[in-house]
Amino acid sequence: MSDMYKVSSNPHVRSRVTTNGLMLAVIVALLPATGFGIYNFGIRAAYVVLTSVICAVLTEGLFGLYRKKMTITDLSAVVTGLLLALNMPVNIPLWMVGLGSVFAILVVKCLFGGLGQNFMNPALAARCFLLISFPSYMTNFECDAYTGATPLAVLKSGGTVNNFDMIVGNTSGTIGETSMLALVIGACFLLLLGVIDLKVPASYIISFVVFAIAFGGHGLDPQFLSAQIAGGGLILGAFFMATDYVTRPITAWGQILFGIFLGVMTGIFRFFGPGAEGVSYAIILGNLLVPLIEKVTKPVAFGRGGKS
Amino acid sequence: MARLTFTGGIHPYEGKDLSKDKPITLLMPKGEMVYPVSQHIGAPATPIVAKGDHVYKGQKIAEASGFVSVPIYSSVSGTVKAIEPRRVVTGDLVNSIVIENDELYEETEFHPVAPIQKLTGPEIIDIIKEAGIVGMGGAGFPTHVKLSPKEPDKIEYVIANCAECEPYLTSDYRRMLEEPDKLVEGLRIILKLFKNAHGIIAIENNKKDCVKLLRQMTKDDGRITVKMLKTKYPQGGERALIYATTGRQVNSSMLPADVGCVVNNVDTIVAVYRAVAEGRPLIERIVTVTGDAIADPRNFKVPIGTNYTQVLEAAGGFSKQPEKIICGGPMMGFAMFDTNRPVTKTSTALLAFTKDAVAAQEPGPCINCGRCLEVCPGRVMPSKLADYAEHFDEESFVANNGMECCECGCCSYVCPAKRPLTQEIKSMRKMQLAKRKK
Repeated sequence: MSDMYKVSSNPHVRSRVTTNGLMLAVIVALLPATGFGIYNFGIRAAYVVLTSVICAVLTEGLFGLYRKKMTITDLSAVVTGLLLALNMPVNIPLWMVGLGSVFAILVVKCLFGGLGQNFMNPALAARCFLLISFPSYMTNFECDAYTGATPLAVLKSGGTVNNFDMIVGNTSGTIGETSMLALVIGACFLLLLGVIDLKVPASYIISFVVFAIAFGGHGLDPQFLSAQIAGGGLILGAFFMATDYVTRPITAWGQILFGIFLGVMTGIFRFFGPGAEGVSYAIILGNLLVPLIEKVTKPVAFGRGGKS
Repeated sequence: MARLTFTGGIHPYEGKDLSKDKPITLLMPKGEMVYPVSQHIGAPATPIVAKGDHVYKGQKIAEASGFVSVPIYSSVSGTVKAIEPRRVVTGDLVNSIVIENDELYEETEFHPVAPIQKLTGPEIIDIIKEAGIVGMGGAGFPTHVKLSPKEPDKIEYVIANCAECEPYLTSDYRRMLEEPDKLVEGLRIILKLFKNAHGIIAIENNKKDCVKLLRQMTKDDGRITVKMLKTKYPQGGERALIYATTGRQVNSSMLPADVGCVVNNVDTIVAVYRAVAEGRPLIERIVTVTGDAIADPRNFKVPIGTNYTQVLEAAGGFSKQPEKIICGGPMMGFAMFDTNRPVTKTSTALLAFTKDAVAAQEPGPCINCGRCLEVCPGRVMPSKLADYAEHFDEESFVANNGMECCECGCCSYVCPAKRPLTQEIKSMRKMQLAKRKK
């Protein structure tokens, strides 16, 4: 029998939730969308996913070796790699995918202090980086299965779309964004596990819909509105990227405010901007406002005059 | 308005089944008894015995040395062996009176001062002070001070804290089940001090049998209500309890009396009853011995001053090699590197776990998940406060309500990155409080 027992400051029990566990849950939740993307766009989609994830993990690992602090086991690099891949068109050159991955992990995350310290969502920052650097590749959605324009681009140029296809995901777009169904299955999984809650996604989608009714030019047309919800990166962005812990406000009211901001910005980009898309830029912009939002939504401490 | 719960909080594994059905048994200690002179918040008591003196069970051995101080009584008969510093549960060395137990348990005679009906308020408070009663839920604040607010007539609620929200602890539960009459009578005595007050017995809904029993016992008493609260930690924390039972909010710079409330733990109230009705000083308390490393988890009535090693042996010792020993509950108790410490007035439990959840995982970086904010009953931002504390940013710490933390430990419990948030905040708070005193 040893003479000394372990000592530590209270509390002496801990919940079972761990950072790894949360990351793993997000990965599992993204699998339906990933699987559907590969089914929809063919085997090349799998190569994009693998390239992105492997490059992300390698970058994190190499940086860890340099810093003498190995952090790949927290699985956050896998999540970033996976999210980046899901935001890529299927025919993008693989070296660009790799470059995006390295940018996401090295520049956006590690150089700012690693997990928890980045002020932008790494996957989205990398997507925007690639969009600016290689616009033609990033907006070329032509592949074997589809001949080009995404449903939102079709809508923007005045065409009509098949809403059922958009919900199932049989449309063109980035690898992971097309199937609303697969994304919602994953989102429900995260909601049920309590990994995310509805504050950000719900306020985001609702405020976007309100904006679309007011400024979309189609009023209350349900066909147009449902296409706007299912189309583009809205569902992927609202449930998987705007909810990123690190880059959304930590306060409850802040999260709602953040969601509303994203909804309005997405609307502005989609209806008044040159492109049909707006989710990535809206979220990146939102990320930058997080410190300000947190400051104005600081909770009132118990017994300090707040509402009971 | 009563909400019967509060915002935030957690629900850890309860673990109460291990010991909840074990009746309280009296523990008869052997050998050396240790009485630290500081078992309460306030000025340490002054020893009034000397080495070599013979003492009786129930004899006063240390006198209160001020208003916020209480006397200490011997819980056995025997000879004073030494007055020297001894290690207490917190790990500190505290001046203690050491008595060699002669195992004869020769008692001084106990007499109530007068029949309860004839006692006046100040007399009752004097008896409570003289009996050495302190908050036995863990804080150790002298009860007579708590019961002497500036304006006693403004007290509207006297709340009996029977929540026992700490996991594993069953001492209050057994006390309610086995001696409910003493609890009710004790509460009635306290109500005599506050003529405009209503008594509330607040119990978590995982102890429905106690709720039923106490409701039955108080059904004809218009001044006492039994309230069943949601089972959630820290429901028994003073601020959470007042909010759950009355809807009133107390912050760090207020006292419960500021919102017309007085809160006392079950064991404290029973001690009040024994002091006033039977004339007995506080010399024993209920201690739960439990945990997955304990052979026979049980509840004991333990004479104060008993060595924890003996308490442990009474519960059959260890069935498995423990990694961690805790005095008190798992959320707010103190980890001890050995069991050679005395039971004091504020000892609620001895826990032994085969696995230490804290050592099992290395803290990682904060991922800003916000779980600590969600569970914080003080509605502050623990992750940010811990960050300020870590970087010694006192200004931001205070500006962001760092002093409103009640140190309940919920934030550390939920943190997926396993950060020692409570610890960081606690040390900064301690520093700030020390500064204020200067």
